[in-house]
Amino acid sequence: MDMTMAVQCEGVAKQHPHFLLQDVNLSFEQGTVMGLVGPNGAGKSTILRIIMGLQKPDSGSVKVLGHSMPNDQVAAKRKIGFIAEDMRLYESETIEFHMGFIKSIFDTWDQEYATKLLGRFDLNKDQKVKGLSHGQRVKATLMLALARRPQLLVFDEPTTGLDPAVRKEVLDEMMNSLQDETRSILFSSHNTLDIEQISDYITFIYDGRIIESRDKETFLDSWRRLRLTNIDNKPIPDLPNIRQIQQSGRLCAVTVNDYDDTTIDQFTNAGLKVDAIEHLTLEEIFLNNVLHAKALKNNGTTP
Amino acid sequence: MKFNFIFSQTDKRPMYQQIMEQIVQRIAVGDWPPNTALPSIRQLATEVKVSIITIKRAYLELEREGVIVTQQGKGSWVSDTMNMQQLQQEELALHLEQIGKLAKSMSISEDKLFEMLRKYI
Repeated sequence: MDMTMAVQCEGVAKQHPHFLLQDVNLSFEQGTVMGLVGPNGAGKSTILRIIMGLQKPDSGSVKVLGHSMPNDQVAAKRKIGFIAEDMRLYESETIEFHMGFIKSIFDTWDQEYATKLLGRFDLNKDQKVKGLSHGQRVKATLMLALARRPQLLVFDEPTTGLDPAVRKEVLDEMMNSLQDETRSILFSSHNTLDIEQISDYITFIYDGRIIESRDKETFLDSWRRLRLTNIDNKPIPDLPNIRQIQQSGRLCAVTVNDYDDTTIDQFTNAGLKVDAIEHLTLEEIFLNNVLHAKALKNNGTTP
Repeated sequence: MKFNFIFSQTDKRPMYQQIMEQIVQRIAVGDWPPNTALPSIRQLATEVKVSIITIKRAYLELEREGVIVTQQGKGSWVSDTMNMQQLQQEELALHLEQIGKLAKSMSISEDKLFEMLRKYI
């Protein structure tokens, strides 16, 4: 078993009554951050639940920190901190009660770190859960997970519904936990800014399938938008990596994937003038991927 | 240590380029003189809250440009030969400017000039 890998999924598939997850190949090494991005209902939470051993895949293999899931989940879960939206705290109990509760289960509990996090998050340990705001609940669950010093933090939608200040506090503390180079994070989000900021790897999921899974720099670098002037109304070359063409008279914007230096030549040789080459944000790539995948699904053609 | 890298959300450049710029500025104003040890990639990433791979990319590009020197397993330093290179390049640019002006005044064509220059490279 490969202990240097945080997560290794190979050929994972799971059939639900109205949803099929298939061909999930996803892996990243310890000490890194993997971000899952995709629209609502794409299968992000299902993948996280399978990785956590909460659901058994129909086929394929899942290893977390070298442990086979779900068979070896007891050993694995000692080293994983999992935070999901549907996770319940006891409404009538205090934060301190929960700290004691987690401490009694996990011998890795770090009281000093927990106290430090309470301070940084402006949380009052004597406050009851029912009086906490959404942001305070998220911070409290993150504190409870981090103070266990997990090898792997799995976080489903960490920043959903948070105001910018709390969102920053949460992301900052996630990054702080990486000071130890053996700790890893796997999280899902539809906030592309979060993914873009802290992820080392990005996996893009749509309709139960993985569209792309690669390191963030390569991911962002492979996309470009070319601004072209088409003076002579020449046909735009039919390149396989063109993902979108937006025309307005003689002006034209072409979005390409798998961009390299030869891409420009192909447009220049076709008689078009390249005015500008722009990078895309993850948000723009996200939208483009969704549009493309939707079109492929509906009529088998590109938009 | 606090590095206080300030990024602009309206800056359209990729994040690794903004990090490169922040480092180059610190070197240019003398805050990080030659041979200064740079923070480790992980240290800088967790401090400025930017992914490790992005910092890695910035360091790699800076090394390629000769701004910093990286030794596997030991870390990175501000290059002490960088200023020399820069000076040499500036000097070369001055010579080239002179050549261009002179050739123009003598009505020597571009092709002819390139041919003459090729003898020396």
